[in-house]
Amino acid sequence: MGEDKVLVEIEREIVGGDFQSAGDVSSELKKVLQQVGFPPSFNRRIVIAAYEAEMNVVIHAYRGVFTTQIYEDQVHIEVDDQGPGIPDLELAFQEGYSTAPPHIREMGFGAGYGLSNMKKCSDRLEIDTRVGEGTKVIMDFFLNSEE
Amino acid sequence: MIEEEIFHSVRLDEEKCKGCTHCIRHCPTEAIRVKEGKARIDEERCIDCGECIRICPNHAKYAQSDSLEVIKKFPCAIALPAPAFYAQFKVDISLGKILQGLLHLGFQEVFEVARGAEILAEEIDRYLKKREIVTPIISSACPAVVRLIEVRFPSLIENLLPLDSPLGVTAKLARLQAMEKGYRPEDIGVFFITPCPAKVTESKQSEGVLGHIDGAISIANIYSRLVNIVEELEESSSLPLASFRGIGWARSGGEQESLKEGEYMAVDGIHQVISVLEKIEMGELKNVVYCEAQACVGGCIGGVLAVQNPFIAKVSINHLLKKYTEFRPIRKGEMEKWRREGVFERKKAYQAKEVLKLDKDFKRALEKYQMIEKLLEKLPGLDCGACGSPTCRALAEDIVRGKAEEIDCPFMLRDQLLSLSEEIHALANRAPQTMAKKKEE
Repeated sequence: MGEDKVLVEIEREIVGGDFQSAGDVSSELKKVLQQVGFPPSFNRRIVIAAYEAEMNVVIHAYRGVFTTQIYEDQVHIEVDDQGPGIPDLELAFQEGYSTAPPHIREMGFGAGYGLSNMKKCSDRLEIDTRVGEGTKVIMDFFLNSEE
Repeated sequence: MIEEEIFHSVRLDEEKCKGCTHCIRHCPTEAIRVKEGKARIDEERCIDCGECIRICPNHAKYAQSDSLEVIKKFPCAIALPAPAFYAQFKVDISLGKILQGLLHLGFQEVFEVARGAEILAEEIDRYLKKREIVTPIISSACPAVVRLIEVRFPSLIENLLPLDSPLGVTAKLARLQAMEKGYRPEDIGVFFITPCPAKVTESKQSEGVLGHIDGAISIANIYSRLVNIVEELEESSSLPLASFRGIGWARSGGEQESLKEGEYMAVDGIHQVISVLEKIEMGELKNVVYCEAQACVGGCIGGVLAVQNPFIAKVSINHLLKKYTEFRPIRKGEMEKWRREGVFERKKAYQAKEVLKLDKDFKRALEKYQMIEKLLEKLPGLDCGACGSPTCRALAEDIVRGKAEEIDCPFMLRDQLLSLSEEIHALANRAPQTMAKKKEE
């Protein structure tokens, strides 16, 4: 796949705390995937994972950059944020574990399924995090034969 | 079959259409373009929601429905009044009179969709108890929402309730009942009294022998014939059969009220529905078991073929809910029988409509997407609609699909004219060779 060229690249900024625009990037990505014609089930898992990554920036970080590269049979997403970082990654992967403050949980966000959802939906997930600096989430989605 | 597939209730009155572009901006599936001065509806994209009918200042958009004449062909014409029909009249007129009015207009039988809804609610309860359901289950009651999902949210098809709509269920129940009464199947005609164009389309596309709907007559039409005489009519001795449980389906929230305890939600108005569907697609609302979604504000009482203001209609419905409190229980044996007859079965499977795809070929689609992005850099981004497409992005899509040209955009046209005039100017300044020589001398 290394020789596959990037066919479409999208780069968008995400602002921490901006709940009104939260989800816009994932929504835009969904439209692109639909127009390009990937199967609905493939699009669905990408959108769920992308939304979780986008929301993580909105909830926890100051700002972030969301980049997507679309290949013929693969979608690559990177979300790089400036924020608090994740002190205990293992704990963060546990379902229901959340560090989101109460006022955010009251809005229905930050239920503690973000990372585990991203893991479930993606085919490859890499998290690079530095406490006090930020977090970089890298996800890959490969188009399966059954999709 | 093909004819049925492309049937749409929402139509354009060419004479009235001024080509003003109001409708193109409001269409939730971007199905309308103004071409040669008239609003053209893309049949594949149209979901019959009726938004364009609401917004058109010239009343050029209308919903095609059947005339009352059609019922005469059948010795046993059954009226299927939508629950929203009840809300059109003054609150002091009883349902017994209103339903009697349908018989007065020439129907032989009346079978309330509200009663069908009560029966369907039992089946929904049963379905929601299953372990393997994908939550939230999205109601299949509103055909515009179902089509919206097929067109814009194909990945949510797995969330759609796999049971027939209340209209479909009622049509089958009505036909079964008439056959039990001794009518020959070919003599039975089933007619829906409809609040909206989406249900006209649903009726026209109804499949199967039992579930066939022979026509859809607008609430407005029936109302106008009854409004002045209904008070004088006799009270029906057997109707209504439905209670608050089914009548509540006339407005948003009624479905969940008729179900057993659970985590439910109701959303109404097409634009709010879209925003909730987006959330569901992104993995939210998994804790909600059942999501009621209706394209019209307020629910079916907000349909464009209803007469009463939806907020006033809601008052009437609330009044009726308090008045008709006696729910007639449904026997287990009956439910079993209906299940065997396929009453709750959806004949036509939900189908992803791939109208948003830019090209059948994946690589071509990607190329076209890139072309769109390039075009967007050139287009003004005003979304003015002067080109006949709803937004600059939609125009860019139309261009790469070969349905429009760059110069359809007045700004692009102006730019091209400007560069052309500059060229002409430059050319005009260049003297012909013969004269040029002279000049040098």
